[in-house]
Amino acid sequence: MIKIKDLQARVEEKEILRGINLEIGPGEVHAIMGPNGSGKSTLSSVIAGREDYEVTGGAIDFEGEDLLDLDPEERAHKGIFLSFQYPVEIPGVTVSNFIKTAINESRKGRGEEPMEAREMLAKMREKTALLEMDKSYLSRSLNEGFSGGEKKRNEIFQMAMLEPKLAILDETDSGLDIDALRIVANGVNKLRSEDNAVVVITHYQRLLDYIEPDFVHVLYNGKIVKSGDKNLALELEAKGYDWIKAENA
Amino acid sequence: MTDLAQDLLSSFVVAEAGLNGAKNLGVVNMRKEALDRFEASGFPTTRDEEWKYTNLKPVLKHDYKILLKSESAVSFGDIKQYLLSDLDTYKLVFINGKYSSWLSESTHQNYDICTFAAALNKYPDVIAEYLGKAAPAGETFVDLNTAFADDGAYIRIKANKTVDKPIEILYITTDENGTSFSQNRNLIIVEQNAEVQILERHQNLGGAESFTNFVSEVFAARDARVSYYKVQNDSDKASLVDNTNVKQETGSNVHVGTYSFGGKLVRNNLHFYSGGEHAESHMDGITIIGDGQTVDHHTLVDHQEPNCYSRELYKGIYLGKSHGVFNGKVMVRQKAQKTNAFQQNDNILLSDKAKVDTKPQLEIFADDVRCSHGCTVGQLDKNALFYLRSRGIPKREAEGLMTYAFASDALEYVKIPQLEKRLNGVIAEKLGINLEFAL
Repeated sequence: MIKIKDLQARVEEKEILRGINLEIGPGEVHAIMGPNGSGKSTLSSVIAGREDYEVTGGAIDFEGEDLLDLDPEERAHKGIFLSFQYPVEIPGVTVSNFIKTAINESRKGRGEEPMEAREMLAKMREKTALLEMDKSYLSRSLNEGFSGGEKKRNEIFQMAMLEPKLAILDETDSGLDIDALRIVANGVNKLRSEDNAVVVITHYQRLLDYIEPDFVHVLYNGKIVKSGDKNLALELEAKGYDWIKAENA
Repeated sequence: MTDLAQDLLSSFVVAEAGLNGAKNLGVVNMRKEALDRFEASGFPTTRDEEWKYTNLKPVLKHDYKILLKSESAVSFGDIKQYLLSDLDTYKLVFINGKYSSWLSESTHQNYDICTFAAALNKYPDVIAEYLGKAAPAGETFVDLNTAFADDGAYIRIKANKTVDKPIEILYITTDENGTSFSQNRNLIIVEQNAEVQILERHQNLGGAESFTNFVSEVFAARDARVSYYKVQNDSDKASLVDNTNVKQETGSNVHVGTYSFGGKLVRNNLHFYSGGEHAESHMDGITIIGDGQTVDHHTLVDHQEPNCYSRELYKGIYLGKSHGVFNGKVMVRQKAQKTNAFQQNDNILLSDKAKVDTKPQLEIFADDVRCSHGCTVGQLDKNALFYLRSRGIPKREAEGLMTYAFASDALEYVKIPQLEKRLNGVIAEKLGINLEFAL
């Protein structure tokens, strides 16, 4: 589905990604772990198209197309979704109007007709129930005054509505208590299918107890230095990152 | 002295001969004194502190006609788009400064909604009691208006009356006189526990330059409630100096909303004199302007008595080569303990060529008060923009949506839904967005 080849990126003068190679196929769940400052969030931002980062080398191929040529909205239309570590508050715009606009703009971008109002409503009802959200969420201003947990749940709600092919969850577990974590993970699991893929970016093993990864990668100093199965995450949990740092010093 | 100032001075004798209220000695003297003050001061320049950021020279240089002829050829169809067509209202329509009874709908039932020209002769006692008592003598444009203005809206709401529908005041300029210099005046008296909603706009229908020097005096007696909305979306040939002065008594609540989307140069001198306990003064506005346009908001809230509240929220969005000015002065006199004054001016520059000068001024002489003020000038938040785009919303729509969200809280106090809808429509048009975005 997505092939990342020797990806290098910097912000201002600082090199952050120093040659990332990663291939993700449909139906797969990949976890990317690593210490602070290793480049995890940069990688997700570059895939989603944030303009603050300058790609200095390498390529990203998404279903046969060069992703790096596309605007962030065009990437969204192709089915890429980024769940933000820090979702942005937008006062004056309700969750329901926002998601309606996002869905219909994406459909327009793909040359499809807007979604019928009735279908939209039914879908919103279904997905709020899935994430155990109260319906009143929908008429609140986007993320304004939301608690950390509510913001993260709202991200997964948007993911559920948009049904992306590739979802990147950037530290979705941070700021969640154990109940919220279970609800969010349950939501993500329900959305998994043969056709879509999920990338989970996290510091901790905790989330991976609920969303079981097929592959675990360790990102350090802008490179993937180790890959394995879910046991690698358990090993990291037990031993910390120092041995990774020592191996790559 | 500028040529225009000379023209004005030499026109006065002719103007006065034709003025209403010429028989009222008090008014005659008031006019002569005001003219003398104008003769001494002349028009302000950028050397004047209050006009430092707004240069009048380019708009005062035209050869304006001062003694204007009205025009009867204006039909309802010509002005319909400037009125709220989906709402029943009283209407006071003025063409080139003169009242048009044909286009208006006035009343004397329960309250007087008629003209200043008529009131000058009909209600000399009321005129003597109120005229010039809110607008400050000594301000150049007020003095000039006092000397010349002979028509405008006269609204007097008797005690305990709530006006059954909003009042629309429309000042129309046509090409009949070529480049025209208009001076009209409103006198709005809202007695104890009475309530009124007023909408006002100035519109140049022609292609010639126009300059309007306008004065409005509002008197809100004990517990009176006034909503006063100014929609400024005039042609790029039209300049306006609006001097609106509000005098408040105990427990009164007055809101003046100013929505500036058009015109060449617009200067709003909005003054509130809070002269009774527990009075509430609300002023807010949205400015969205582009190439070659200037909008200057100069506000004053003068807290004279204890326990009063004032709220001031101005949002500005500047495109192209536009220029915005905000100067908000809050004065809290020694006696005005427990004053609660809020002032905020936020601006977004959507172009490298746009410019904003913003200056809050607090003068506080009481020691037990709560006054907050702030002003910001910035661009759209990049993070938020990326967030919206990453959800599939194209850049232009995302910018429009964020700009709308930025501005829309200044519409919170608009109490007429039809007006709110209309304003939302203009904002959407100016920002090039689809309104379904909005709440």
